[in-house]
Amino acid sequence: MTSSMSTENLLVEVENLYRYYDDHCAVQNLNFQLNKGEILGFLGPNGAGKTTTMQILSGNLAPSAGRILINGIDLLDQPRRAKACIGYLPEQPPLYTDLTVDEYLLYCACLNRIPRNKRLAALELAKQRCGLKHMGRRLINNLSKGYRQRVGIAQAIIHSPAVVILDEPTVGLDPIQIREIRNLIVELGKEHGVILSTHILPEVQTVCSRVQIIHKGHLVFNDSLAGLKLRLRSTSLVLTCRQAPDAALLGKLPGVTEVEKLTDCSVRLHFKADANPAEAVAAAVVKHGWGLLELTPEQQSLEQIFVDLTTADESAGAAPVQERAA
Amino acid sequence: MMTFSIAWREFKNLFLSPLAWCVLAVILFINAWVFLVQVDNFLKISPSLAGMPNAPGVTDAVAGAVFSTASVVMLMVVPLLSMGLISGERRSGTLSLLLSAPVSMTEIVLGKYLGLLMFLLIMLGLITLMPLSLALGTHLDYGKLFSGVLGLGLLLGAFSAAGLFISTLTRQPVVAAISSFGLLLMLWIISWAGSGSGDYSPVFHYLSLLDHYGSLLRGSFNTTDVAYYLLFILTFLVLSIRRLDTYRLQH
Repeated sequence: MTSSMSTENLLVEVENLYRYYDDHCAVQNLNFQLNKGEILGFLGPNGAGKTTTMQILSGNLAPSAGRILINGIDLLDQPRRAKACIGYLPEQPPLYTDLTVDEYLLYCACLNRIPRNKRLAALELAKQRCGLKHMGRRLINNLSKGYRQRVGIAQAIIHSPAVVILDEPTVGLDPIQIREIRNLIVELGKEHGVILSTHILPEVQTVCSRVQIIHKGHLVFNDSLAGLKLRLRSTSLVLTCRQAPDAALLGKLPGVTEVEKLTDCSVRLHFKADANPAEAVAAAVVKHGWGLLELTPEQQSLEQIFVDLTTADESAGAAPVQERAA
Repeated sequence: MMTFSIAWREFKNLFLSPLAWCVLAVILFINAWVFLVQVDNFLKISPSLAGMPNAPGVTDAVAGAVFSTASVVMLMVVPLLSMGLISGERRSGTLSLLLSAPVSMTEIVLGKYLGLLMFLLIMLGLITLMPLSLALGTHLDYGKLFSGVLGLGLLLGAFSAAGLFISTLTRQPVVAAISSFGLLLMLWIISWAGSGSGDYSPVFHYLSLLDHYGSLLRGSFNTTDVAYYLLFILTFLVLSIRRLDTYRLQH
């Protein structure tokens, strides 16, 4: 998968990552890549190891074993050079609440080794991108949660890092703020590589170009959004009629594999992936005069995949990584 | 370079809260009181000292008293200033800003340390002005005064280094404050154990923060004393760096 890809597009490379807390293994044998221009959605139930992985990627936590390359630089061997390519927003934004937005962001610019004469320009750009233009002189302590979150994001992107790591950036925001932050993330994804952790599933579908699901420290799903959409294609129809339809007759229609009775007047028809029998079903209903009320294709949602992957508890240990070439 | 940026930020942060101003005000008030009382006392007894050989001069009587009071007050105050250095950042989650920035642990620890030290040096300067003001009316023993200032400066450096280390150990600033105070007080009075004629008394005397300070206050400049403080500071700074490094490992 990597061999065909030019290495200059590869921003993050994680190999055989392990992390133990005493005896508990929070992250097990994690392998993945992030390419330029990609927004990688990191999904998982609580305690799955999302935050641990992000803390390791940002250099806040040392891995027990494994190798991490950021922009081709080994994070463990050359932490300073590698960290210069990373912007990180932890779950709780690391804000000095006694400072004003400008003071804080200038300090961050300085910590990230932006040359003195370029700091003001970097500050203006970061503020503009995060919608903080008029908040420069406000004390962070007096900002609302949404604005604090934006200051946190501004802090992560002020040095234009190659990789931006955001840990649950939209938690606790109102719907309008969530939409703004999502737009900002999409915007960031055009120039940077973004890793985004969340447990809000629609968020992944709207902003991410690739999805990874992590469960009990294992990567159980890794696919591009296009591949995911393919997987989400419907394989069942729900049919509701005025009169009870004849299940045996429906079962004989071409493509239908199974008929499942839901109520007296409605059934679920399962069919093979490439043979949608909707037309034949409709014709049959009309022919027998059952009175068609509803004929809906059922989509397997991301939520369903998520639940399927993360509730198969016992098999999780052995679950193979479902992966497609991105 | 980054060390100074962190130090400067830390220094400015101190003045954003009332704590630093309050500490300055309280300490200067107490020292001013001691200073005035000592000057008054010295004026009372100076006629009887006139005839004595080797009589204590005004520098001994006033500067010595001011500096030794200051040291006791600082023993209580430095832990309060140092408690939040690392543990406060851990508690509020801002430490990850420093840890994910391209900054080494050494730069973080030195920056934090120098930031606090800058504040304490301002305090030291203001305290020194008190005995120095006597130069307007009398002759001072500048050598003794300098030795006293150096002693207090080194002592403050040692207090801060120990406080910084304790601050890396816990997430609770108050726990850090109490522990640092305990450690410093223990090292202060450890020589009491050696006041007898036990076999170990030289060891206890060597470990004591107070003994080394005492000899500097008397104006005897000993390399041993200066080396003691420098080693003390270096030890605790290295321990802090190590501790921050392992913090990434265990969490």
